[in-house]
Amino acid sequence: MKRAVPILVVLGLALLPLFGMEPRVYLTLTVAGLAMGMLIFLVASGLTLIFGLMDVLNFAHGALFSWGAYAGFSAVLLLDSHAGWIASPSLWLNALALLAAVAAAMLVALVLGVILERVIVRPVYGQHMFQILITLGATIVLEELIRIVWGPNDQVMPVPASFQGSWDVLDVIVLRVPVIAIGLGLAVYAGLLLLLHRTRVGLIVRAGVESGEMVKVMGHNIYRYFTGVFALGSALAAVGGLMWAVFRQSVSPAMGGEQLIFAFIVVIIGGLGSVTGSLVGALMVGLSYNYVAFLLPKAALGVNMALMVLVLLFRPTGLFGASR
Amino acid sequence: MAETGAAAASMSETVLEVEDVHTYIRQHHILQGVSIRVKRNAVTVLLGRNGAGKTTTMRSIMGLLHPAKGAIRFEGKAIERMPPYDIARLGVGFVPEGQGIFATLTVEENLRVAMHREDARSRERLARMLALFPDLHRFRRARAGTLSGGQKQMLAIARAFVNPQRLLLIDEPSKGLAPIVVEHLIAALRAVKHETTVLLVEQNFAMAEALAEQFYLVDDGRTVREGPMAALAGDAALKKKYLGI
Repeated sequence: MKRAVPILVVLGLALLPLFGMEPRVYLTLTVAGLAMGMLIFLVASGLTLIFGLMDVLNFAHGALFSWGAYAGFSAVLLLDSHAGWIASPSLWLNALALLAAVAAAMLVALVLGVILERVIVRPVYGQHMFQILITLGATIVLEELIRIVWGPNDQVMPVPASFQGSWDVLDVIVLRVPVIAIGLGLAVYAGLLLLLHRTRVGLIVRAGVESGEMVKVMGHNIYRYFTGVFALGSALAAVGGLMWAVFRQSVSPAMGGEQLIFAFIVVIIGGLGSVTGSLVGALMVGLSYNYVAFLLPKAALGVNMALMVLVLLFRPTGLFGASR
Repeated sequence: MAETGAAAASMSETVLEVEDVHTYIRQHHILQGVSIRVKRNAVTVLLGRNGAGKTTTMRSIMGLLHPAKGAIRFEGKAIERMPPYDIARLGVGFVPEGQGIFATLTVEENLRVAMHREDARSRERLARMLALFPDLHRFRRARAGTLSGGQKQMLAIARAFVNPQRLLLIDEPSKGLAPIVVEHLIAALRAVKHETTVLLVEQNFAMAEALAEQFYLVDDGRTVREGPMAALAGDAALKKKYLGI
């Protein structure tokens, strides 16, 4: 029952802005906030597992976000010019195009993730300072590579025809892309929970988050599991990047940077190593950012810092963090 | 490495051989010449004062620390450069000081994660462990962090027995346990010790005496004495010099 407290607090806080705005505006902001939260969750869930399992600070996570966006962007452009799946009015072709873009983003990030972990992260296990430096270095290289491959400027991300515009629900305008993002985020959350709690690999990863050493002495090559977690986390960040690009209808080489800040805030709020913590933290950050950006635009980023400070004051291990 | 048949046969009595091992932890020279032979199907105990190097010896054998010098052979195979997960797969189990329980996992998950492979035979062994430790059976769906100290120690030992271990390293199982719980622990270890070879670190002399056949005394990072446990129990001067009892 103790675990329900953070959720109740979140729900309570989520209703608070109703005092300052019309319900209709509130609902629009809520959908936008939930969507933003889900996209941050995609980035943060990988980050929290990577940190929780191997104590690795991965600043290259933001670059994988950007790479995912660009890989999906290329897939969408290809499907648009060769097959016409983007402009087509068929919902099926549009959905297929989006799925293909998601698959492309994940595939590219999986490969990049394995290479990054094996080549760059492995030599600096246990050394936080080197991890920060080398993954920041990798971020710069990956970002520059994007500029070389796709050009240095922002580009317009085509959105499949069926997902453009909005639905009108009881006089409330509900944009379609955020709703898709929310659905995708929930699906990823459910998938991660199934993987972690219903499979043997998940069991070993959860044990490893608590004590990597004990997992090793039980005969499990934790490095192999970690490569998998790193690659999967990279793939999730890539999906987040792609959805963010669809949401904003644009891609830019440095787009991952600001998301990484949000993701780190979320990881700290939610508790290291906790996927559920990441979801709750991400929704808190996404909602409060949107509410405050409407009510007090200048305080929008500050409110997330304040949120983090508050959580750390009362629960230093984060909302769902295992106290160790 | 070509081993002659005669050498292999003479090895069969010794499961684990630690030869003049030196181990550093950062710049500290902790082990300065530890030599141990563990005989098959017996309990060998490492005794010594706090900080003598007993835990470091266990961690060096398990591959959690790599010795700077010396050899460690398990069933004739050099293991001093192997990673812990490969050593574990050879059939070496490890129950660390403080049990190393996964507190957020359930009791049953703790047992399952310990299996090298989750097959019918290890599930059978798991069922046997749950039968042997009724408390673990009763709390199998509870988070292991909610168990009492004694139950955690039972879980740590049960966890080591879900695999067919050829050697079991147990580091100070009685630490922090009430005397009555230590009695239970001795009984439990007696029930399972015939199944494997055990190297035990123990500060509780009564427990060491109840379980072990052979002893080694560790002092200042060196093995200084060895022999049958009965001989040490009767040697008051030796006990006073190295154990302070």
